Amino acid sequence: MTVSQETLDEIALSRNEYEAIVDRLGREPEPLELGLFGALWSEHCGYKHTKALLRTLPSSSERLLVAPGAENAGVVDLGDGLSVCFKIESHNHPSAVEPFEGAATGVGGIIRDIFAMGARPIALLNSLRFGQPDDARTRYLLNGVIGGISSYGNCIGIPDVGGEIFFSDTYKGNPLVNAMCVGLIEDGKMASASAKEPGDLLLLVGADTGRDGIHGASGLASRSFEEQAEMRSAVQVGNPFLEKVLIEACLEALDLPGVVGLQDCGAAGITSAAIEMAERSGMGLKLLIDEVPRREEGMTPYEVMLSESQERMLLAVTPGQEGPVFDLFEKWDLDATVIGNFELGENVRIYDEGVEVTSTPVITLTDAPEYKFTGEKPQWLTDLQNADLSAVPMPSESPGATLLKMLAAPNIASRFPIYRQYDYHVQTNTVVEPGGDAAVLRLKGSKRGIAVSTDCNGRICYLDPEVGTAIAVAEACRNLSVTGAEPVALTDGLNFGNPETPDVQFQLTESIAGMSRAAEAFGIPIVSGNASMYNQSAGTDIFPTPIIGSLGLLEDVEKHSTAGFKSEGDLIVLLGTDSTWDDIDGLAGSEYLDLIHGKVEGQPKIDLDLEIRTQNVCREAIENGLVASGHDISDGGLAVAIAESAVIGEIGASINDAPGDRWDASMFGETQSRILLSTSSDNLSALEELAEYGNVPMTVIGTVGGDSLSFGSGGSISLSLADADDAWKNGFSRATAD
Amino acid sequence: MKFGIVVFPGTWSEKDTHHAVNGVLGQDAEYIWHGDEALDQYDAIVLPGGFSYGDFLRCGAIARFSPVMEAVIAFADRGGPVLGICNGFQVLCESGLLPGVLMRNDHLEFRCIWTDLKVENDSTMFTSNATKGQTLHIPMSHGEGNYQADAATIDRLESNGQVVFRYADAAGNVSPEVNPNGSINNIAGIVNERGNVMGMMPHPEKASEQLIGGDDGNVIFSSMIENFAKSLA
Repeated sequence: MTVSQETLDEIALSRNEYEAIVDRLGREPEPLELGLFGALWSEHCGYKHTKALLRTLPSSSERLLVAPGAENAGVVDLGDGLSVCFKIESHNHPSAVEPFEGAATGVGGIIRDIFAMGARPIALLNSLRFGQPDDARTRYLLNGVIGGISSYGNCIGIPDVGGEIFFSDTYKGNPLVNAMCVGLIEDGKMASASAKEPGDLLLLVGADTGRDGIHGASGLASRSFEEQAEMRSAVQVGNPFLEKVLIEACLEALDLPGVVGLQDCGAAGITSAAIEMAERSGMGLKLLIDEVPRREEGMTPYEVMLSESQERMLLAVTPGQEGPVFDLFEKWDLDATVIGNFELGENVRIYDEGVEVTSTPVITLTDAPEYKFTGEKPQWLTDLQNADLSAVPMPSESPGATLLKMLAAPNIASRFPIYRQYDYHVQTNTVVEPGGDAAVLRLKGSKRGIAVSTDCNGRICYLDPEVGTAIAVAEACRNLSVTGAEPVALTDGLNFGNPETPDVQFQLTESIAGMSRAAEAFGIPIVSGNASMYNQSAGTDIFPTPIIGSLGLLEDVEKHSTAGFKSEGDLIVLLGTDSTWDDIDGLAGSEYLDLIHGKVEGQPKIDLDLEIRTQNVCREAIENGLVASGHDISDGGLAVAIAESAVIGEIGASINDAPGDRWDASMFGETQSRILLSTSSDNLSALEELAEYGNVPMTVIGTVGGDSLSFGSGGSISLSLADADDAWKNGFSRATAD
Repeated sequence: MKFGIVVFPGTWSEKDTHHAVNGVLGQDAEYIWHGDEALDQYDAIVLPGGFSYGDFLRCGAIARFSPVMEAVIAFADRGGPVLGICNGFQVLCESGLLPGVLMRNDHLEFRCIWTDLKVENDSTMFTSNATKGQTLHIPMSHGEGNYQADAATIDRLESNGQVVFRYADAAGNVSPEVNPNGSINNIAGIVNERGNVMGMMPHPEKASEQLIGGDDGNVIFSSMIENFAKSLA
């Protein structure tokens, strides 16, 4: 009996993979087993194309309590009895099909990953990518995704404090929705996702199981697709109220002596959750499929195992101690049902109405094949990198007009119209709100705080995956450093195209190498992550987009810095360079080059040593009270950074030196490792001393004050603060209006 | 003073409220489960913000049938101070302790922003520490904060001085431009005729410390605390 190609296509397994299953089982799999393999050997659950590479990432540090992969999310010790866990996860394909629920359940899923560790979720961030907003379908996706994130996050009472959103043709038809969650664990309260002893009961708590999301992992996430409408039923539907109640109940349950393990049901539902628990426990598992509470009639065991109905958790409970567990869940009006037990042995045995339907070795299911490759640098990439940037023509508009255009661009304009739809105050920990380089949260009961950010420039990663990913790490850390926080850990969300192609294999290999190099240079671990492959539209792979989520620590949260200029007469200072304006090389992969000239070309560069020294000096300066404002220089270059600091601070700026002849490169070049600071004249020499001692170039470039922005004495380039304010504050609404 | 903070399934600002009155202002505060009905030991009841019952049906529509609400109504009838914040305000309207209704924001979006509230009545037990005309910098975050009532009710509220807060600018000017949700007459908070039940959409507990953006919210809690102390004397 051989399996049809149609069946294989439905569960997204290749014929080779099928043959590997037959070979390892020593027989053909039952249909139900095939469904389990389809789920667990999917790219999303099995990490087939990324496992080998991800293993090379630096993941240890003294602060690390739980290694990545061992549990649901890595845990970092912050000292003083507090640990933090955080993770970023993607929900791209569901969001392309049904943006509201796709984004909502993406948020729900990452929250579950965090409280499955016994952590109380304290912050959400989301990193989003879309096609250009002048396209109606893109606006539909954008509104749906924002609505979904807003409705889920707000209802559940976790502040949404940061993230990013970028628009580029490369993501048309395949948006990226990467949700990050940060949670706090009090000493000893960390949960494990495994059982303790054979005989431990497996409890399913939360929502009933329905037919939503079947083949979400295997079907949606494991291949590209054009026929979106058909896949709609594979998108899960969320209930944030139920999840809120579930969080409270589960965190309370962890205090009960009988509760030994907690796991969330995410991609591939009960299948991955239960079977991965068994694997971690080193035990077998007996599953009673008919015990699973259902919300629809006539569900087959296959459907029950693969359902991705949301808001369900699994608990491992010591037999004889389940009474208080049932009482607790009843108090919260939640279902709790015994659906099986762990046992000595190697197999997961599925029972239906007293009859054993399948018995499959756990390790065979969880040990998906690994695909190794190196990939080769394509010629087209070399050509792009070698493009002669000096051949780029000067814009036809004036520098002032071009700056206004940049400020109003959808990739640069203020995101306030979006994040004011998210509650960023709930839990009363928000010290620096969204809109800056990183959000800062205080840790109640201590003087300390944390800063969080996400970062990735897909264009730059496309132009050089190794350097570009190193830059993503550097930027994610720089965003923390400009608030005064020391980077302590990272999470990575890989978003790539078809991993079966040589170009993407090259990108993956290089990207992980760059991530590794940068993380090692910074001396910080990557504690968790996610990989989303097969992101394509109209047959073209997206730009490689390895999103880095970063977390930093402030020993004294009051000593933080923000991006807006503060006082008339303050001096504007550049850290990380001794020349005011950028040069032609800075145009590589820049927003200016794409926005004004429609080009993505050039060779991105980064000097990690300089970057790290620059960030160190920045943080030290902030801690010593020498900084009035601090802002990262990235998209749009120095001119945009100055304008943003002016608009946010509601005060103008004059820059001493005019940009050179090539004013576009000067103003909008995006050379790395530059930080824009302002400081009072009293503090200047102390700041200079710190920079010199830290071997970081620094230069004073201008003065804060007035109600205009002027670049160069003699007013060669000048615009009113009011115009800059209008462009930056209203740019996003204007670009995304129907 | 002992505050009782009611917790419905889906409420999430109870911890923030507890932090403000207990952590910052040093008062006793306890959580009251929605199934409880014994409220005698409390000097004031707070219905905090959140999405009780997921806002299913209408915001607050289900919460108002909780066993605890009968006790809250009795507590209010006895003259006890009751403060409803955001979803709490919605629950008070649904249960008839306050007139009117909170509808969807006129622009249809959830909105999280800082507001400046003009104090219109400084003689209530919630605002005696404020001065009429003063503005309080307090954040709001809601999708259904658009206060509406029929013309007769609005007239009555205005002429009785039951409007406690209005959305304004930092200088205290009230105008449509600074109305963040479409509420009639920029109404942000009202009190009942007796003056012991107040509902407000913005969150005073989120403005309890300079570190998180300001502590103007404490004016409301400290007014309650001082009035309670006076009532004992």
